[in-house]
Amino acid sequence: MMQSNLPAPSQLPARIVVEDLNAYFGGAHALHHITAQIPDKKLTAIIGPSGCGKSTFLRCLNRMHELVAGARVSGRVVMDDIDIYDKRVDPVRLRRRVGMVFQKPNPFPTMSIRENVLAGLTLNGIRPKDADAIVQHTLERVALWTEVKDKLHNSGTSLSGGQQQRLCIARVLAVQPSVILLDEPCSALDPIATARIEELFAELKNEYTLVMVTHNMQQAARVSDYTAFFYMGDLVELDTTQRIFTNPKVSKTEEYVTGRFG
Amino acid sequence: MKTAANAPSTVDPPAPASFAEKGRDKWGALQGVHWGDKIFHYTTGTFAILVLALPLLMMVMLIAASRLSITNFGPAFLVDTQWDPVREEFGALPFIFGTVVSSLLALLLAVPVSLGLAIFLSELCPKKLRKPLGFFSELLAAIPSVVYGFWGIFVMLPWLRDSVQPALARWFGFLPIFQGQALGFGMLAAAMILAIMIVPTIASISRDVLRAVPDTEREAAIALGATPWETIRHAVLPMAKSGILGAVILGLNRALGETMAVTMVIGNRPKISASLFDPSHSMASVIANELIEAEKDIHVSSLSQIALLLFGVALVMNLGARWLVSGVKRRAAKITASVKLETSK
Repeated sequence: MMQSNLPAPSQLPARIVVEDLNAYFGGAHALHHITAQIPDKKLTAIIGPSGCGKSTFLRCLNRMHELVAGARVSGRVVMDDIDIYDKRVDPVRLRRRVGMVFQKPNPFPTMSIRENVLAGLTLNGIRPKDADAIVQHTLERVALWTEVKDKLHNSGTSLSGGQQQRLCIARVLAVQPSVILLDEPCSALDPIATARIEELFAELKNEYTLVMVTHNMQQAARVSDYTAFFYMGDLVELDTTQRIFTNPKVSKTEEYVTGRFG
Repeated sequence: MKTAANAPSTVDPPAPASFAEKGRDKWGALQGVHWGDKIFHYTTGTFAILVLALPLLMMVMLIAASRLSITNFGPAFLVDTQWDPVREEFGALPFIFGTVVSSLLALLLAVPVSLGLAIFLSELCPKKLRKPLGFFSELLAAIPSVVYGFWGIFVMLPWLRDSVQPALARWFGFLPIFQGQALGFGMLAAAMILAIMIVPTIASISRDVLRAVPDTEREAAIALGATPWETIRHAVLPMAKSGILGAVILGLNRALGETMAVTMVIGNRPKISASLFDPSHSMASVIANELIEAEKDIHVSSLSQIALLLFGVALVMNLGARWLVSGVKRRAAKITASVKLETSK
């Protein structure tokens, strides 16, 4: 639910500080001079019409953007006093701290449910002794344990879409990130599965900083504490969700959230 | 003549355009036969039936031609090591041995190279290089095998005889497979030339299989903090495994049937020897070499039975490969289909 008594985002301890961030695809300038503070242990929604740069922004936060051929980034993204675009930062290590959940549930089809939960650890060469406990705890965390505890060795793709997405969230939680990026995590799910995932986010934000791209404004209004509105590669406004939806400072924001375009 | 326009219907307003035409019954305007389409349909259908019929006819012909040999030698044909047309002794084992060993050895040499090439082309290669490199690796497959054989005789055999075989004998001479006289031609030469010939086949199919793995799989691994190698190892290769196996089997298939290049470098002596330096023979080469000069019926029949064996092996291998490759495509199609479905909502 929308909280009415939240302070402005700049008044909270920031988890991510973005300074003059520019992103390019070849010659196309996709993000223009973005400066923002993303508060710690809150859910920040990113809204805006298609092609406004919201997914690009998200992908700049775990350095996935630069994987596209010809893609380039300038500016600073600071987490824990470290600019993640510093030459000394290994993007592979960074991505273990900044998890990501995708639009389409993508459990590894050749792995079992159990292996999927442990995939992040396996990939990083970790073979935990208490693997069973990690699997159970993580699956409980995403409210999937009771549903799958008897078929942990079945394929991850045997689950329903909502279950698969919760499995993907479990896979991210298992590597213990501090930030979780959510790229339209419910857009492939039905309303009931969506509601369950949203409940999960409400719980997770007590421990993690969540940044969620969504094209569903009702969802942003329902689950987020803060909302950033992107338009044509610019960050138009970042404020408490309540203010963005009821009393935004910029008229463009109001036009968008009231459905006059987008 | 009154037509369907003002037939039984009661409340219809005056029908704007009736199907009926003057001077025809009510089906008139809706009837038609498209002769061009029919002829096209049956002509193309005939071609399709030809494709089905040809292998069957070949099989029947081969069985008929092999009858003399089958009744004369029975199953012993498969295990007899003597091949002497003068004394009318015919055993296929040296040829089976030569074909199987040279092909498997070729796989052993070609698979690591092909997989490396496929992984590089599909996962690691800069986009600009991807096309030209892929083109050149496929170009290798287009070179006629007699050209490979020619190159083999004039370049590879002297190199094997003067450098590779002496070196192998010096360092690994304690192994029976690297003993004997360094002649150049022989089992090792055949395996090497086959390996070179099947690399493009295995590499290009494997690359296609790897490309068919959806990018969502790669992103899932990368976002979990996987390095490029870990992404390939844990997210891409497991999905492509059976398709790559199919590519390998198609490569093996090509090696088993290859005639010209092999016969030019293998030495053509029907002897089973432990050493890879020794000359050998293959099923395809013996047919190509002896059929024209074979005068006795039993000789022709024995060669025909070898052809039948080769045909059977190739058929089984091909079916197996197809089954394996289709497995990956099915799985990938499932994933891409569900992506499309969901994003189109």
